[in-house]
Amino acid sequence: MKAFYAFALKRSLYLVVVLFVTLLVTVSLLGPVVDKVLTGSVVDRVTEEVNKNPKLSTLSAAERDALIKTLVGEQVHNLGLDEPWFSPKRLYNTVVKVMVLDLGRTNNNYQSSSGTSDIHDLIMERLPRTILLFGTATAITSAIGIYLGAFVGGREGSIWDKLNSAYAVFSNSFPHWWVGILMIFFFAFSLRIFPAQSLPQMLPSDPYYAVDLLYHMALPLLTLVIVGLGSWTYGVRYFVVLVLGEDFIRAKRAAGIPERRVLYSHALKNAAPPIFTSVALTMAGSFGGAVLTETVFNWPGMGMLYYESIGNLDIPVLIGLTYVSTLIFVITVFIIDLAYGYFDPRLKVTGDGVS
Amino acid sequence: MANHEVLSRKDVTRMFLRSRGGLAGAMILLSLLLISIYAAVAVPLESYKQWNNPKFWQDYPQKVPPAWTDGFYGSMTKHTVLAFADSQKSESTIQGVRTASYSWKINYNYDSYPSDFILSVTAKYSRQPILQLDIVRPDGRDFKIYYSTLPPPQSGEFTFLGRITSDEPSMQGNLRNYLSQFSCEQDAAKPAIMVFSGVQDCKVLKGTYTVTETLYLFGGSDEVQDSEFILGGQVFGLMGTDDLGRDLSVGILWGAPVALFIGLTVAITSTFIGLIYGVFAGYKGRYAEEGMMRINDIFYAFPVLPLLIILSVSIGRSIFLFVGFFVLFGWVGMAKIGRSLALQIKNLPYVEASELMGESDTKIITRHIIPQLLPIAFATIAVSVPAAILGEAALSFLGLGDPSIPTWGRILHDANSAGAIARGLWWWTMIPGLMIALTGVAFILIGNALNSIVNPRSKMRNY
Repeated sequence: MKAFYAFALKRSLYLVVVLFVTLLVTVSLLGPVVDKVLTGSVVDRVTEEVNKNPKLSTLSAAERDALIKTLVGEQVHNLGLDEPWFSPKRLYNTVVKVMVLDLGRTNNNYQSSSGTSDIHDLIMERLPRTILLFGTATAITSAIGIYLGAFVGGREGSIWDKLNSAYAVFSNSFPHWWVGILMIFFFAFSLRIFPAQSLPQMLPSDPYYAVDLLYHMALPLLTLVIVGLGSWTYGVRYFVVLVLGEDFIRAKRAAGIPERRVLYSHALKNAAPPIFTSVALTMAGSFGGAVLTETVFNWPGMGMLYYESIGNLDIPVLIGLTYVSTLIFVITVFIIDLAYGYFDPRLKVTGDGVS
Repeated sequence: MANHEVLSRKDVTRMFLRSRGGLAGAMILLSLLLISIYAAVAVPLESYKQWNNPKFWQDYPQKVPPAWTDGFYGSMTKHTVLAFADSQKSESTIQGVRTASYSWKINYNYDSYPSDFILSVTAKYSRQPILQLDIVRPDGRDFKIYYSTLPPPQSGEFTFLGRITSDEPSMQGNLRNYLSQFSCEQDAAKPAIMVFSGVQDCKVLKGTYTVTETLYLFGGSDEVQDSEFILGGQVFGLMGTDDLGRDLSVGILWGAPVALFIGLTVAITSTFIGLIYGVFAGYKGRYAEEGMMRINDIFYAFPVLPLLIILSVSIGRSIFLFVGFFVLFGWVGMAKIGRSLALQIKNLPYVEASELMGESDTKIITRHIIPQLLPIAFATIAVSVPAAILGEAALSFLGLGDPSIPTWGRILHDANSAGAIARGLWWWTMIPGLMIALTGVAFILIGNALNSIVNPRSKMRNY
């Protein structure tokens, strides 16, 4: 067990390093843009204030410019913008504070339905919606995918197997967001079955809120399942075929256990760890795809917030979202690693790192 | 790499030709290459460069479907440009005023009205001429739809370059005089419909129309240099037009070489970088391997699309920069494969023999290990091409693409922000998306076929 603790410690250290590096990369990419945007907005605001102030209207143009310049200088100093973004003081604000989820404030508080400008609250408001959509989609896709994957895995080379491979090829090469647009075209505009806008109309207190939510979620959900199913089934099939080739399966068959039981019970059980890993990684990594899917369907989750913040150049929100999505992904990987490490017999004996 | 027999190029070709999926992929790729060549040869580069210039596209019909949809809902008006050379010219002088007239005959046998019509005139004059436009319909009625002076000349010799479109307000006033001739409801604000309607049934009036443009010239050396009459089609070209009248086939056909460039450059570069990186780590072992693979893990944990978005916002948006960004995140997967393969190969007798002979690490890696892995590298290149193309399309779709040229993703972005699907302009969304999908399918099919040839595990399953 000692080896496992050493392994766990090593992975936790690595987790912190990854988070720090990602954040540093994000901040250093956005740093120069932040300064330009913030300084620009300070200049705009000060110029407007000075020009509108009736008391200052008697000033000559040169005096006015000088006044604007001193005021801008003061504000820039107050905001800490006179130091470059990589100065220790500012890096502390942007990197260390963000790492402990002190994400700062945004000026665009209209992005939140509760009107908060605290980025932490803003993200916490959006996060459940993204988890709801992508979690449900992953759950449905993996449930169908595992069953279908085992089904075609047991019939290797059959017409079902070939159809499934073809489906996987197609669903992998189609842009998911484009499939989403087509779904809106057919289901919302041609057949008029589902709404094109995913935003639920009712208040959460309404008794039919859940039904309404599901109705609005149907189209993005259907799209995610349709495009995700192909590679899911294909992946499960791969592991099932591998397990079916092993000796212990042959032994079970020889012992007269029915083929159905061999396939769905024994083979699937042995293929479970990599399948479980895929479920976890897909869920954790869905934020990247969420930017596109949520934008197409107007689903007010984290991805949509990211897209809106790009439009507004709302840098603190961008940094916060990038960090939170990395955090979710890295922690998932960490848990998977620990689970593997815990069950890995080699770690219990020798203490050799598993990579 | 359980069996380290080297597949000859001949073997690979033979086995590839036997794989149906691979062949299908190769056929699609071939047609994409042909499209690229066709774009380079037949689609004028000028129209591609003028994509962002709305003026260039003003004579094209706006938001009409492709020409091959003609017949779906009856025969649709074809886009017709009647050139100066095709016109019948006549000139006469009455009391010092020269009258120059140009007329075109249009055989109109379509079931739909034209989307609009445009008269363009280039005239050189020193005194303000008067321009008159008449359309004589198949039922013999003469509609004088335009009668107005051209703008006054500025400083001596003046060349006027102008267009009179069916949106022209004065045309409405003139057409109102003919409303009484119709026994059914007509709208003078829609000249393209009114002029081409029968007076009894208000359906399309088929037959021969004569369009006559007459200029009354008052200056001694005044002349008309060029004039064209354009009948706006209800269908256009191979892929229709968007709401600026841009010929979508120009952007979509030129999109093929752009997408292939991005996809192939990124896939080849990142696969080889990843291969060398991974093989080096695996071969070196110990601390070098540990350190290099940890760096690899960090890249693996990066949220790719959000960072790509940030990169395009903070560094820049050109397809060449995008290639760099994609390579930055694209090498990670191959590095992992390269490392695990190097771990297997480095213990093979011939590699150990070269080590004993004192060959340098670099030489062993480049001469003995990497050549063994080339088939796998090629398969990886093929399957990773679509990712780069999809990446560019995704960035462009979000409005963060290269603004200077049209790509498939950017056309989809324009379509989506114009609400193309809600307005039923299906071709604008459908065709570029299908091109992306088709390119992806081609490379994945080729990659899968190559994979099953070079990957011994799946090879075992085949035999």
